[in-house]
Amino acid sequence: MTLDAFLLLGSALFAVGLFGALSQQSVVMLMMGLELMLNGVIVAVAAFWYFVAPAQPDGQVLLLVVITAMTVEMAMGFAVVTLLFRTKDADVTDMAAEFKQ
Amino acid sequence: MSLLLFAVVGLVAVASGIAVFVVDSMARATFALALSFVAVGVEILLLDLAYLGVITILMMVMEMAIMAVFMVMYMMNPAGLMPMSMMHNKRGALIISSAAFVVLAAGSLLVPWPSRSGSAPPDLTRAVGDAIMGSKMLVMIAVSAVLFATMVSAIVLATARGRYDS
Repeated sequence: MTLDAFLLLGSALFAVGLFGALSQQSVVMLMMGLELMLNGVIVAVAAFWYFVAPAQPDGQVLLLVVITAMTVEMAMGFAVVTLLFRTKDADVTDMAAEFKQ
Repeated sequence: MSLLLFAVVGLVAVASGIAVFVVDSMARATFALALSFVAVGVEILLLDLAYLGVITILMMVMEMAIMAVFMVMYMMNPAGLMPMSMMHNKRGALIISSAAFVVLAAGSLLVPWPSRSGSAPPDLTRAVGDAIMGSKMLVMIAVSAVLFATMVSAIVLATARGRYDS
């Protein structure tokens, strides 16, 4: 196991997530793409901690922050989807883009 | 041995990540994403991060269980009985994400990363606990405030008769 291998894995996960976030019409699927992107970041941060500076806890703390960001993204995303659906019956991004108030 | 495990689990993580956007059924997509997260948790366990790996796995499994409920609520095809595609601008997204992968992969292979300095403390869980309750406490304070704000704002947004109902 090397740092390069872990970073490649993180890059692959990030790219797959980016594809999903850009191509999906459904808001929930789009959020899955964002989660996958953060997943790649988690792998990269953990690998950096292990292979570069394992003596300091900084990497682990950063990992905690990224995991928290994932949770927050999910909760707020679901709240916004619920709001959109409740007010406009919309569950895809193209419908949400047509809103004019 | 651990190299083999890393390769297999990494392949599972990426393959199930791709499967999320390929399968027809929304429920299957959710479970594919859960599998991808569990695989990433195993990769973190391979880096000796027992605590963070286990909380990643536990949290993501719970998150995907909640996500499955939302899928069934909002998606038009939760069971995948009819093949369908819900994509826009697939070509553009494919080009952009492939370019992003090439750039990131080139960076991870070509950049001369610094070599390992120091060695890990014997008890990593204790180290991270000491850090967030000691020198890195500001991080913990900020995270707890953000989590509280998230709870409040998520409920304000999602509630039926909230402040912003029309």
